[in-house]
Amino acid sequence: MGWEVIISPEFGHVALIIALCLAVIQSSIPLLGSYVGIQRWMELAKSLAIGHFVFVAVAFVCLVTAFLQDDFSLRYVVHNSNQLLPIRYKFSAVWSAHEGSLLLWALVLAGWTAAVAIYSRSLPLVFTSRVLSILGMIAVGFGLFLLLTSNPFERTLPFPPVNGSDLNPLLQDIGLILHPPMLYMGYVGLSVPFAFAIAALLEGQFDSAWARWCRPWVNVAWVFLTIGITLGSWWAYYELGWGGWWFWDPVENASFMPWLVATALVHSIAATEKRGVFRSWTLLLAIFAFSLSLLGTFLVRSGVLTSVHAFASDPERGLFILVFLSLVIGSSLLLFAFRGPAIHAKSTYSGAAREIMILINNLILVTAMAMILIGTLYPLVADALQLGKISVGPPYFNFFFVPLSFALLVCLGVAASSRWQHTASAAVIQHARWPAAFSVSLGMLLPIPLAVWFDSPGYSMAAALTIIAVLWVVAMSLQDLRVKMNTAPLARLSASYWGMLLAHSGIALCALGVGLSSVYDSQRDMRMEPGDSVLVAGYTFEFKTVSEIQETNYRATRALVSVTQQGRPVAELSPEKRYYQSGGQVMTEASIDGGLLRDLYVALGEPLSGDSWGMRVQVKPFVRCIWLGGLLIGIGGLVAVADKRYRRRRKTLDTAVNSLTEPKLEQSR
Amino acid sequence: MHLIRRQRLQWVILMLVTSSMAVGLVVYALGQNTNYFYTPSQIAQGVAPIGVRVRAGGMVVVGSLERAADSLDVEFDVSDGAVHLRVHYSGILPDLFDEGQAAIVAGVVDANSVLQATEVLAKHDENYMPPEVADTMSAAYREANGLGGDY
Repeated sequence: MGWEVIISPEFGHVALIIALCLAVIQSSIPLLGSYVGIQRWMELAKSLAIGHFVFVAVAFVCLVTAFLQDDFSLRYVVHNSNQLLPIRYKFSAVWSAHEGSLLLWALVLAGWTAAVAIYSRSLPLVFTSRVLSILGMIAVGFGLFLLLTSNPFERTLPFPPVNGSDLNPLLQDIGLILHPPMLYMGYVGLSVPFAFAIAALLEGQFDSAWARWCRPWVNVAWVFLTIGITLGSWWAYYELGWGGWWFWDPVENASFMPWLVATALVHSIAATEKRGVFRSWTLLLAIFAFSLSLLGTFLVRSGVLTSVHAFASDPERGLFILVFLSLVIGSSLLLFAFRGPAIHAKSTYSGAAREIMILINNLILVTAMAMILIGTLYPLVADALQLGKISVGPPYFNFFFVPLSFALLVCLGVAASSRWQHTASAAVIQHARWPAAFSVSLGMLLPIPLAVWFDSPGYSMAAALTIIAVLWVVAMSLQDLRVKMNTAPLARLSASYWGMLLAHSGIALCALGVGLSSVYDSQRDMRMEPGDSVLVAGYTFEFKTVSEIQETNYRATRALVSVTQQGRPVAELSPEKRYYQSGGQVMTEASIDGGLLRDLYVALGEPLSGDSWGMRVQVKPFVRCIWLGGLLIGIGGLVAVADKRYRRRRKTLDTAVNSLTEPKLEQSR
Repeated sequence: MHLIRRQRLQWVILMLVTSSMAVGLVVYALGQNTNYFYTPSQIAQGVAPIGVRVRAGGMVVVGSLERAADSLDVEFDVSDGAVHLRVHYSGILPDLFDEGQAAIVAGVVDANSVLQATEVLAKHDENYMPPEVADTMSAAYREANGLGGDY
């Protein structure tokens, strides 16, 4: 008897209960202390937060251990694992379904809370204790949800099965090891600005110093969300097997809406920090961003939606989240209604000032979010009102999102050369002449060679507009960089500035990928026998042979397809059709030859009569730019967080706190 | 006007203009792009519009799947327990599509009451049935057994 006994599921269950108890104390005592002025009570918050994190982590480790040891006495392990499953997937299977992903959610929340407890020394104690209490309340909600409706430690005793029913083969993939934790880090990370906003509303105060403290947290959460969504899209592209990278599926929308609002928040909090404007708006965005994360959880986990993500669902759980959701949103908006007006702006701005550009950015992003929200919830509302069963198709979403994105890119170009407080419109026009001429002329010309290259019928106006918008953003950013270099050496430019440039180029790159891959995409579905070949967008795909292969937990039919371009060999592709032994599931494993300029994509359909197979052959130009762009956005966000000014200020704040003065900072720059 | 007042007015006007534009566009776009779901029984009764994109669903009837010999054309029946709906589709069927399993199809009903599908969705794992199909089945069963439907 040794460590297996200590790390038993019972211990995990108990740890979860203790964590919940700690969260209950954390959510009440420090908050109470902050009102009655008892310092000891407020100081409790930090140690409780760290204790809570330790116990949730213990529970998580216990569940991981149960998976690694094939403990089929746990119902959750039985449903999502199998002895044959490779070890890395046994690990990722922990968060592959409802119970475990909620436990991961709770762990991430506890982690963020502990981080706040550790890095909040520069803030007044009253404020920190309230922030931690509010995070504690969220932890209570999720803790109850876990223990009451979705306990991962539920047993199958007294007769545990010998083997599990296996992990869904779609989830046996590196993308799914990384995608949920990243996404959750983002979703749950938004709880920090949320708690911060609520505490600021309770306090009735939100100034530049606080905005500066909160800003890196917003950025980091947003970076995780960006990377999480990018990974999800990439996974859908190569793993769902059919070459789509965004379906406007309700669950995708559920992650995209908080991202849009968080993006708005990243910009608006910058204005609040630098110029003290948009204060109450920033708080409202913080509330919305987290509320939308919760709404996402409700949509995914309640089973109200027909979605490719609805792997498992249960109405009782949906009801719990719905009640929790209305409590959180209702009470925070009520608080905002009472306290929001007390927090106003004191600064002014004019012309094409950066404040105005950020305002436009926020309006576009929030409008886009609202359109997506309506499209996502309309079928639910219609169903509830007995108006019939409706689905809203991708054309609805594209109808709004494409023009809004174009407008956003155009404004982004202008914003690149704007300054805080006052920017003369004439100066912007002066700046914009060359970039405008450059982007429009090149943008009009480039679709001509592109159409020839990718064998596309005729000149595409959509491609021209995409290229114009993208070049416009890049050229305006470079123009601004040139102006900055005239006054200061490159090394003097702040990390924030470089981060902004990187993130904006990421947006441009992503837009380029979305636009051009949609326009120049070629796809052929056909019936092919070994020996057949097909010409798609200038590439010849020849179906050579099929062979049977056997792996540890599946067998597969593998086709060999060789690709040539004008007789010159380009790639050998081997798409597979896999048959998983334990669950009896069939899965298409596409084969992709990737490149910056184009992806060659072949997927094997069903076996038809004789030797022939259904086959999907695609040439997807620039599709990789979409995810590279997403990655670049994330890197930009991280570079911005690394800015010296956040660390320097912390030092100043420390000395301020040590000399027992209220931290009040002058505005800089 | 005071500068702060003017800024606030800018805000309000911008919000009003964009939100009213947005409402108009939403109504228009939703009108254009919503697909209604019908059961095979409803389509047989002629409730579903002809020539408009709709969604339908049910269980794929065992033994009804027929493939063309030289193309990707395929036909099958979906059933809600009472009526069979013929579906024609040209393309690759999803991995989890099978006879005896739930499926959702989207497309246009033609004059012969055959649904010309442009999209076929199958359930995503063995424990999952699309909610529309689950409702369809129960309603049709109730009707078939003379218990009366709820629509």
